[in-house]
Amino acid sequence: MDKHLYSRLQTKIILLTLAVSFTPLLLLGVMIYRQFAAMYVEKIREQIHFRAESRADAVDLFLAERTAILGAIADTHSLAEMAREETLASCLAIMNARAGAFVDLGVIDQHGTQLAYVGPYDLAGKNYYEQPWFGQVMSRGVHISDVYLGFRRLPHFIIAVRRQEGQRNWVLRATIDPELFGRIVQVGQIGKTGDAFVVNREGILQTQPRHSGNILEPSPVRPTLFGKQTMTVDGALLGRPGVLYAGTWLKSADWLLVVSGDVEEDLAQLFSARTIQTLIIVGGMLAIVLTTIFTTRTLVRQMIQAETRLREMDAQLIQTDKLAALGKMAAGVAHEINNPLAVILQKTGWMRDLLEEEDLRDSPNFREFRDAVLKVEEHVERARKVVHDMLGYARRMEPRAEAIEVNRIIDQTVDILKNYARNNSIDIRTELDPALPPTTGDGAQIQQVILNLVNNAIDAIGRNGLIVIRSEHAGDAIRISVADNGPGIPEHLQRKVFDPFFTTKNTGKGTGLGLWISYTIIEKMGGTMTLQSKPGEGTTFTITLPIVPPPPQ
Amino acid sequence: MDQPNILVVDDEGDFLETLMKRLQRRNIPALGCSSGEEALQLIRTSPFDVVVLDIKMPGGMDGIQTLKEIKKVRPETEVILLTGHASIETGMEGMQSGAYDYLLKPILLENLLEKMAQALERRGGAAQRAQSERIRSLLPKG
Repeated sequence: MDKHLYSRLQTKIILLTLAVSFTPLLLLGVMIYRQFAAMYVEKIREQIHFRAESRADAVDLFLAERTAILGAIADTHSLAEMAREETLASCLAIMNARAGAFVDLGVIDQHGTQLAYVGPYDLAGKNYYEQPWFGQVMSRGVHISDVYLGFRRLPHFIIAVRRQEGQRNWVLRATIDPELFGRIVQVGQIGKTGDAFVVNREGILQTQPRHSGNILEPSPVRPTLFGKQTMTVDGALLGRPGVLYAGTWLKSADWLLVVSGDVEEDLAQLFSARTIQTLIIVGGMLAIVLTTIFTTRTLVRQMIQAETRLREMDAQLIQTDKLAALGKMAAGVAHEINNPLAVILQKTGWMRDLLEEEDLRDSPNFREFRDAVLKVEEHVERARKVVHDMLGYARRMEPRAEAIEVNRIIDQTVDILKNYARNNSIDIRTELDPALPPTTGDGAQIQQVILNLVNNAIDAIGRNGLIVIRSEHAGDAIRISVADNGPGIPEHLQRKVFDPFFTTKNTGKGTGLGLWISYTIIEKMGGTMTLQSKPGEGTTFTITLPIVPPPPQ
Repeated sequence: MDQPNILVVDDEGDFLETLMKRLQRRNIPALGCSSGEEALQLIRTSPFDVVVLDIKMPGGMDGIQTLKEIKKVRPETEVILLTGHASIETGMEGMQSGAYDYLLKPILLENLLEKMAQALERRGGAAQRAQSERIRSLLPKG
């Protein structure tokens, strides 16, 4: 047996099985993950897109509301009224009560001079003529400024409206609380990592972003990338791979509202889901590996066993061939051996006869002579038995088909062995079913089998015992049993008794072929032969022969 | 010695000679011959109660043929077959041809005597029964 070959086969089977089972599993896993990730990215994209849109609306509403209220105040008051600080203060109070988020309020004449101011800063009398927003509001009538530092040196932005009163123009200007505005923008932040901020046309931050950068610093967002409609831009274009940016231009100001989502960060949650998935897959793989190894090992072990059995059977077949040749040879020489044996036995018998004579009895070597003669006889018997068994084997050819009566065969067989049994104080009893139907078979061979079984029984009992031979009609078959009350066969040997060359008899007494021959004879006739044995109680061999009705003569 | 009423037929000289000596030593009135033809001649001349006949005699007539002839001439003769071929088939054939029984060579004299005694008993007559008894008495008890 080539162990190496089997271990290689085992490895091959394991690898192949693993490859075949892992490939689709891994592909499926990767595919599911990719699809899931793509879906997730799409979800984030949609989410920030929607968020940017809705936030822009909210911010627009916020600014429009405040612009409107500022415009209404300007429209309903004259410059003279507004230039009074009391009026201005009450207006600021009303505006904050109605809308909120106004930090201060100032009235500026057409030359840029602040005529009146209410608010936390000391800005009264300042001139804004040089400030960029002043030019804008004078030309357009309404203006929302970018965030700038201004005189107060703090980032803020203003809403200004122009009022034409006769020939004179004046401007009502309010500062919006940048923190409050920032908070309104920041509502757009998604999850733990998302951001929402506003940039102007140059990409300068107008509100405080959550993560990187500060207000008035340039943001990574390039506003030129965004069109009129809400658009989503991949962060890879902006040097921020893994981040998605959605931007919406505000209607009320020249600002871009940006909502960003960190896909990679967000996918972290997915990664945790992936960990479970991976664990399940790894667990599954482990199970597959273990199962594969286990089944393959079992398989290979069974193959090895099968081969071993096959080899044993081969060996047995070769043995059988050898025996067949041996048997033929034995048949040829048996007669030639038995005749000399017959002569020898008569000669030794004659010697024993002569040894009975008195003068020889007195001879000092009388005992030696007698023992020698007995030994010769013993060994003649031994040789006879070997030849007999071998002949039995040699004759084990195709059974003849003749009409037979099993009961008669049993009777004849008992006749042959009666004396031998009686000499050993063994009683042979027959319980024959008188209604046994005739059947077809090889009478001589059946007789040989029964002879063999009874012979074995006698040998097994030794002295003083009983052998019962029964015949009975059992359905489609004839059952013949030979039971002895001998010592029985130990359980571990029961399976072996039908093996060729198996014998428990002393060397020279049995060839170990008898039961094997009997077994194969019965098998060839389509019957079965079994044994029941209990150590200490005896052994019963049971033959079942199918009934084949003989053709009418 | 009485007129021999037992005939032993075997072509193996040594066997026949020794067997005859042993029978004579036991005062069994037996005659020996070494072929089927010779045996038939003897039987035609005078009847024998029991014939012990070897089945395989390559020289001339074999045992079965001889048996059949004997049965033709004197059907009441009881024939005990001997065979060196431990074959039950030939034994059976012999039985079917009217032999009393058969023994496998090599034989123990005791077994042959036992068979002779049985055969004589079957022959019937008083003389034969007495002889049977006598032969039985020679056998070891048990």
